[in-house]
Amino acid sequence: MIKISNLSKSFTLHNQGAAVIPVMTGAHLSVAPGECLGLVGASGSGKSTLMRLIWGNYVAATGSILVGGVDVARAAPREIIALRRGTLGYVSQFLRVVPRVPTVDVVAEPLLTLGVAQSEARARAEHLLAQLNIPERLWSLSPTTFSGGEQQRVNIARGFVHPYPAMLLDEPTASLDAVNREVVLTLIEAAKARGAAIIGIFHDEAARARLCDRVVDVTQFSPAVPA
Amino acid sequence: MDLSIYVKVKVQEPLLSVQGLSKFYGKRIGCDAVSFDLFPGEVLGIVGESGSGKSTLLSCLAGHLAPDSGKVIFDTAQGPRDTVVMGEAERRRLGRTDWAFVHQNPRDGLRMGVSAGGNVGERLMAVGARHYGDIRGQALDWLGRVEIAADRIDDRPTGFSGGMQQRLQIARNLVTGPRLVFMDEPTGGLDVSVQARLLDLLRGLVRQMGLSAIIVTHDLAVVRLLADRLMVMKGGHVVEQGLTDQVLDDPQHAYTQLLVASVLHV
Repeated sequence: MIKISNLSKSFTLHNQGAAVIPVMTGAHLSVAPGECLGLVGASGSGKSTLMRLIWGNYVAATGSILVGGVDVARAAPREIIALRRGTLGYVSQFLRVVPRVPTVDVVAEPLLTLGVAQSEARARAEHLLAQLNIPERLWSLSPTTFSGGEQQRVNIARGFVHPYPAMLLDEPTASLDAVNREVVLTLIEAAKARGAAIIGIFHDEAARARLCDRVVDVTQFSPAVPA
Repeated sequence: MDLSIYVKVKVQEPLLSVQGLSKFYGKRIGCDAVSFDLFPGEVLGIVGESGSGKSTLLSCLAGHLAPDSGKVIFDTAQGPRDTVVMGEAERRRLGRTDWAFVHQNPRDGLRMGVSAGGNVGERLMAVGARHYGDIRGQALDWLGRVEIAADRIDDRPTGFSGGMQQRLQIARNLVTGPRLVFMDEPTGGLDVSVQARLLDLLRGLVRQMGLSAIIVTHDLAVVRLLADRLMVMKGGHVVEQGLTDQVLDDPQHAYTQLLVASVLHV
């Protein structure tokens, strides 16, 4: 479902003496449907960089990133837009929404862009919000004023509202209490069971052990630092 | 695995194909050799500082300004046509039917001496509607969609707030069901809380109506929330274009890096 070969990435800082900073080289991995791959490595080793390369908001220098048959490293913007709409889901650590939009609409939006009817999209959003223990009185409010843990659960609801065949999860359990952590882990297990290919970053070691079929240490993709 | 949930990009013709569009003011560059394709349902953001040529480009695209060279090919009901060489009457008809233009200042897009309902109904009459009850009914429906209370239908926009005027301008433009909307700083003169409401409204309308839109703005937060694709202009040239979050999160050109790094975060 996801296959990365010979992927490298560098940043060129034009306004700082055109410094070129290589951050990743020769990355390769693959994830099959129903499989969960954990990315590990110290902070700054490139876990999030790899996630962003797959999501397509970072430009790859070389290599290919195949997601459901689309090479994100080479695809036209509208192919990536279509990929994100139906195939590739992403639960980031941050919630980015239009201010003042009700939580239930924020969660239902991915379905509306897929053409699901308003009533059904809302019903599915409400079901997930209830499952994630977001109190019903908050559904009509904008999530921008919510606590960190609530915002994260809204983000998770938004990422799981459509059954994406491929998913990227960036620390989905980071700021959750034990009850909600369990709900999220169950959601991820259900996604695996229906055949989703998942790449995740989990600092929560117990969660990683329970969910991940394999782990990849991204440190091995770091460019050699000249002594 | 169920393959029906895959969404493939349909092979389709661009709605608008811009090829080598240039406009010079004497020796000074307005915009130079701009080319891009816009597909149905896509929202393209154009950003750049004042004088970068983004408004010149928008005016050339919308037929308000004659370019010196290049093509603006629009997929009309009769097939793709170059609107630059089209007759004036035909281009004006396009401006009333398939195209819409939302000005930064609502006063440029509204008739201030005519009631809110009249502003919306006038556009329907321009495309042939004659039945008073139907026109008023549709005007009322659109005022509702842009969140203007029904009891304001007979009021003139002079008494409206800036945000209400801008929403009325949007209703006036979208009532005829255009396929392509040009917007020049649509949230420009509005305060922040009103901007958010307008952004949400525009997003919903774009999605429900399957509109394509070209939005000129200098506000990077607006394009991040509204645009699928982004084009960055400097000195009349397009210096970078791509997926919106890619251009903003991993800018490749020196000018874009400077632009993104200069944004104040609150």
